[in-house]
Amino acid sequence: MIKVLDSAVPIACWSCSIGHNDSTLFCPHCSKIQPPPGGDYFSVFGLQPRLNLDLAALEREFHRLSRKVHPDRFARAGENERQWSLADAALLNDAYRTLKDPLRRTEYLLKLEGAEIGPDPAPEPGGRERKNASRVPADLLEEVFDLNMQLEEMRMARELGETDQALEASLFQAKRKFGGLLAAVDDDLHGQWQAWDAGDKTARMAAQKTMVALLDRRRYLSNLVRDVNETLGFAIESQRSS
Amino acid sequence: MAEGRVVGIDLGTTNSLVAYMQGDAPVVIPGVDGSNLVPSVAALDPIPAGGGRPTVTVGNTARKALIETPERVIYSVKRLMGRSLEEIQDELKLFPFRLAEDVEVGEVPRITLGELKFTPPEISAYILRQLKRNAERFFGAPVTQAVITVPAYFNDAQRQATKDAGRMAGLEVLRLVNEPTAAALAYGLDRAKVGTIAVYDLGGGTFDISILKLRDGIFEVQSTNGDTHLGGDDIDNLLLTIALDEIHAEHGVDLRRHPGAVQALRKAAIDAKIALSTEPAAHFDIELPNGDRYQREIPRAVFELLIEPVLDRTVGPCKQALADAGLTPEQIDEVVLVGGSTRIPAVRQQVDELFHLSARGKKPHIELNPDEVVALGAAVQADILAGASKTTGEMLLLDVTPLSLGIEALGGGVARIIQRNSTIPASATEHFTTGVDGQTNVAIHVVQGERELAADCRSLARFDLKGIPPMSAGLPRIEVRFLIDADGILHVSAREQRSGQAAQIEVKPTYGLTDEQVESMILDSFDHAEEDFAKRLLIEARNEAETILAAVERAPQSPAWDQLTGEEQAAIAAARMSLQSVKMGENAAAVRDATLALDQATRRFAELMMEAAVTTAIRGKTMNAAGEELGETVTAPHAMAAAEFK
Repeated sequence: MIKVLDSAVPIACWSCSIGHNDSTLFCPHCSKIQPPPGGDYFSVFGLQPRLNLDLAALEREFHRLSRKVHPDRFARAGENERQWSLADAALLNDAYRTLKDPLRRTEYLLKLEGAEIGPDPAPEPGGRERKNASRVPADLLEEVFDLNMQLEEMRMARELGETDQALEASLFQAKRKFGGLLAAVDDDLHGQWQAWDAGDKTARMAAQKTMVALLDRRRYLSNLVRDVNETLGFAIESQRSS
Repeated sequence: MAEGRVVGIDLGTTNSLVAYMQGDAPVVIPGVDGSNLVPSVAALDPIPAGGGRPTVTVGNTARKALIETPERVIYSVKRLMGRSLEEIQDELKLFPFRLAEDVEVGEVPRITLGELKFTPPEISAYILRQLKRNAERFFGAPVTQAVITVPAYFNDAQRQATKDAGRMAGLEVLRLVNEPTAAALAYGLDRAKVGTIAVYDLGGGTFDISILKLRDGIFEVQSTNGDTHLGGDDIDNLLLTIALDEIHAEHGVDLRRHPGAVQALRKAAIDAKIALSTEPAAHFDIELPNGDRYQREIPRAVFELLIEPVLDRTVGPCKQALADAGLTPEQIDEVVLVGGSTRIPAVRQQVDELFHLSARGKKPHIELNPDEVVALGAAVQADILAGASKTTGEMLLLDVTPLSLGIEALGGGVARIIQRNSTIPASATEHFTTGVDGQTNVAIHVVQGERELAADCRSLARFDLKGIPPMSAGLPRIEVRFLIDADGILHVSAREQRSGQAAQIEVKPTYGLTDEQVESMILDSFDHAEEDFAKRLLIEARNEAETILAAVERAPQSPAWDQLTGEEQAAIAAARMSLQSVKMGENAAAVRDATLALDQATRRFAELMMEAAVTTAIRGKTMNAAGEELGETVTAPHAMAAAEFK
């Protein structure tokens, strides 16, 4: 279980008893593996929270740390070290998976900063139905309405075993259009990265607000593109968004 | 190495192997009969004359029993590992698994062998024990730690069942390694490569595709996909079904009623399949009980048409794996072929088309024996885990979880918490709360799979968070941590954050064996008595000697005996004498050598016996003995099959 500790609090190494900051997977003195540190994903890689990352350097660091913490390196170690290696490796993998992907990285950083993003991911077994947080972007209301009609028509035609080529062509066009809008959102997001990374507190707050809105829009568009793809019969779809 | 060797085991659907790292190269450890492959077949021996529990035989000996006493033998048990009663119904149509009748829903199915019943992990444990013994005989020292391979697409329950089997066999399973990844390790050993490779693994019963990135000794799996019920078995069944149907239609003989005959015909079908990989045609020529002969030629073109639907099922997983890795076929630098079924030319043709190989002037890698490469890779991983090796010290495998992990949400949907193809170990933390004032329990249902509805995914576990302090609805904040370990197996822990109290959690598996059940199924404790190791080796060697001597004793009664030359008979008699003279001595190695010598002297005799048994079984001489019905359980898997075959 992850210990929630303030990263400034010095703690002592279990092996050599010398104190160190709780942001490291290894004791800086005796190199022994430590229980999972309490910092954020960026600190796992010794980084400050930021949105523009050198991905090649991130991968190199991921590989370097993996060689040291992976459970394969502790297969015959004591019970504690094996457990810590498992927890540390999970933390390292979770951190790398989140930071290498531009969207996940952005969402993660915004959440770290306290922003609320997207639908509440927590299922509530005793609670209410999960609310769908996707709102139709105001500028797209009309087009989305038309598109949904066409999708419905297409599905019905499919069920009847008919092919409507005009409809199909129109859906392909919609796919291109919304795909283009998606790419535009990504460009806007990249622009905001720069603003956040370089900005002071006020600039960061503004960038954050813009990014939250962009992510909402992006989620909506990406669901739309997915629906069109599915209806057009592209069952196989890349999971990656980058 | 103070702690003993770690061996690598390929626990296959059709064959199993054990290998280890000899210096800087992995090698397969042969069995007592000198063969590298141990058929994954287990047979319950006859009840001893004086009563008592009969023993279980594994491997080639058990395979012979398959034709003579099919009701005491099981093969392809891997298809049943970690699966529930409902999930195995399809298998029962195609395989002669005799399910115990008293199995209830939610219980691990048990298989009837003669007088006894066994769970699939127990059967696998017998196979593992045989491999363990082979390794111990080879090293002359105990072996207690192993790496075991599993299909990459195995789910949590199937992985857990495999680990349970290891424990029952007296092996500490240091790691479960995915089969295609193991193959990549075996290939990647001697080349410090940078590149992207795809491993296409079509084995006896499972299909896997994995895409890996190699860099500086790190093998990072990008994506994996597959089908845990697709392989050479399906091709055998196609051929078998057609032969059975034709024999019934053309000669009025329903061999399906006779398990021994079905198994004999199945062997003929497998031989035909193997021949078709190198020959333009294969032949069935079988004498039937009514004196007719079933003769039929199968040209390769017809065979290829027949198996097309089976091979087509590998296309979807390959495309999905490429899409998940974000790669095009052109970005795959190398393709590695694994599994006996990749010897089929049509399979190679399909791989060539899938990855545009010949179009780019490339060929798939087949340098390592496709039957052995997974075991060799397991040995490499075993060496990595043992540590301190110069050869593998810089190597590291980063594998992924093949299936997404999710929680059933209200309304039956699935909330994904760990996406498929996430590098393992991987974790996710979720927060739960209560819906009713004073509620002290919350039930959570964990599922594995890609479908939108929980009912369509594999149920992994239902568990209750118990002991939540009574509070108003929605106030408790329960943090649940899900962790998939390096074996691909899920662990769950939880605590209530509002009160800081660690909730007491009961993890109730939907399916699988409990710790206590596994404990009670551990094979005879004799195997664990390491201090008596030398004694144990000697007793085992003597037992093996007795088994072969008893068989040789009966040999002259067999018609096959008369087919031997006088010289061959004399050689057997000499080897027998020599074994009898050393048998009761204290030198286990001498007993083993003499056993091996006798085994080799009788090799041709064994082949003749096997041929005779096949013929006899089909002609019906042993049919009265084998009265059990297969009934209409064998059905053509594809409607087009029979028609295309004409």
